[in-house]
Amino acid sequence: MFHWTKHGKVFDPQEHPGRHWLHEFAQAPATLILDDVVRVYFSCRPPPDAQGRYVSHTAFVELDRQDLSRIVRVADTPILPLGERGTFDEFGVYPVSVIRDGEQLLAYYGGWTRCESIPFTVSIGLARSLDGGRSFERLGPGPLLTCDVHEPFVLSGPKIRRFGQRWHLWYVAGTKWQRIGARVEAVYKIRHAVSEDGLNWQRDHRNLLPDVLEADECQASPDVVHWAGRYHMFFCFKHSVDFRDNNRGYRIGYAYSDDLEHWVRDDKQAGLSCSDQGWDSESAGYPHVFELDGRLHMLYIGNQFGRHGFGLASAPAS
Amino acid sequence: MSARWRTLGRIFDPNQHPLDFAPEGYAQSPQTLVLPDRVRIYFSTRSRDDGGKFVSHVAYVDFDRALRRVLDIAKAPVISLGGLGCFDEHGIFPFNVLRDGERILAFTTGWNRRASVPTDAAIGLAISSDEGRSFEKVGCGPVLAPGLHEPFLVGDAFVLRLRERLHMWYIHGTRWITTNQSNKEEAERVYKIAHAVSDDAMSWQREGRQIVPDRLGEDECQALPTVIEHEGIYHMMFCYRAATDFRSNRERAYRLGHAWSTDLGQWQRDDDQWVLDRPDQGWDAEMMCYPHLFRVGAQIYLLYNGNQFGRGGFGLARLETA
Repeated sequence: MFHWTKHGKVFDPQEHPGRHWLHEFAQAPATLILDDVVRVYFSCRPPPDAQGRYVSHTAFVELDRQDLSRIVRVADTPILPLGERGTFDEFGVYPVSVIRDGEQLLAYYGGWTRCESIPFTVSIGLARSLDGGRSFERLGPGPLLTCDVHEPFVLSGPKIRRFGQRWHLWYVAGTKWQRIGARVEAVYKIRHAVSEDGLNWQRDHRNLLPDVLEADECQASPDVVHWAGRYHMFFCFKHSVDFRDNNRGYRIGYAYSDDLEHWVRDDKQAGLSCSDQGWDSESAGYPHVFELDGRLHMLYIGNQFGRHGFGLASAPAS
Repeated sequence: MSARWRTLGRIFDPNQHPLDFAPEGYAQSPQTLVLPDRVRIYFSTRSRDDGGKFVSHVAYVDFDRALRRVLDIAKAPVISLGGLGCFDEHGIFPFNVLRDGERILAFTTGWNRRASVPTDAAIGLAISSDEGRSFEKVGCGPVLAPGLHEPFLVGDAFVLRLRERLHMWYIHGTRWITTNQSNKEEAERVYKIAHAVSDDAMSWQREGRQIVPDRLGEDECQALPTVIEHEGIYHMMFCYRAATDFRSNRERAYRLGHAWSTDLGQWQRDDDQWVLDRPDQGWDAEMMCYPHLFRVGAQIYLLYNGNQFGRGGFGLARLETA
């Protein structure tokens, strides 16, 4: 079991005014480790429009590598503009997972558009940075991965990793939409694909993890780290309906694997649960676990899907 | 290779064959399955949903092999639309069929509505085991959907088995244009013809380029490619139009185009070959669109729609070689 020491919230967008696009939310933190700082990419929102609709942007904050609770810099602009009219990412770039590839950085991201019978759909896009990850440009106007014959709905939450020569992408795929009263809600599960070049992907087309809450359990943010000779996946999961502003929202789950193919789910080993009170008292989600100087750290969001930012927890030094 | 089309006029008017499930008429994009005793012609109909918007279903009409007499007409759609959130939730149009041994494959274009633009589309696959009277989808999702360089509106599949492979000609959107027509903002699309190959009908390798040169400039919209081999040359017909003001302006509306190839790689556009002149009046005087080339025995035929995108049905022409 992992033992985490919580350090509380490290970034709250409301404490950084003056950026219209960074009004609230700091969702899906994901790191890029640099010499002096740990850059954390996250997704945020300007105020909603007159109809209450949001768009999502992705930007970053840099944390002092010696003291992760100290903010060194907040980005001045989002890293990627939203897509053109009619494209898959016209209304959101969220979440983003960044990886080094030689001289360039690649960002795999969820691109959001709005639909009529369902509120939105998401496909996975790919963008490249030649300036060290401060800004990115798309490899093309369309999605890298979108619905296919066996994954007909939302594809989101990409996490890109390279282990050995292979590229691995963990993501979530919608398995159904359901109409619940006035709402239309998605059910989604954790999936996996492999690639030799980061561009052409072969999907497993199977759920990696069993459900624990209900058959329609929603699983998100599959974050894989190699540590102490084993692969560890931290993710979050929630009920499919009635999960807002109560304790049916996201919890952090855990699974391990020795071969990146077979996963054993064992949530009690995750070691991070909601606090009795405070910013993460109702839910904890979008975990991202990274190694820094021989020690594991976790970034995660709290109540209201990260409306008030993300926090940090650390495992003991080994 | 001198050849010309002899027009045989409109052969099917949906208003004379009302269908319960298609109260709005329309018989769009006729496409054939040639059977030993008949020619089955699939087409897309229209009805309206609760919100008053159009929904397309696929039906068929059976003709005798001389294409003079209606033998039968579908009593129900041949394929169901997708469920909530599926790529083909709001319509299937067009519908291209290909015999595969005992089975009939259907390449569908499924439509789903969007918020900032009217719609998106992707290509699905369905299979019939009853000679094309009904089809089951191989999955809920599409077999060819938007990709990095083909960002939206993937549709209009036409598939042939040639040189040991399956070849698909299809279209994809390249951009949406925002226009202001009668003080109303509209989103109008631009799309081009592309090509992909496959060995199993499920996974497709895109060629990744526009294969037919534009005649009306970069905003020319090219739709519904159809290909047939004739005397050693592959002939493609398609329809093309201007990107805006194309619904009622005859000069900017759909007309039929033509290209030819000897190797399925390079296509020469030559609209002056195999051309079908628009008449001065009648059911196809304003518009000609959605061509479909096929053979019955040795004879090559062309089906196509006329005015208002096929609201009044489809007509037939016969290729005559000198």
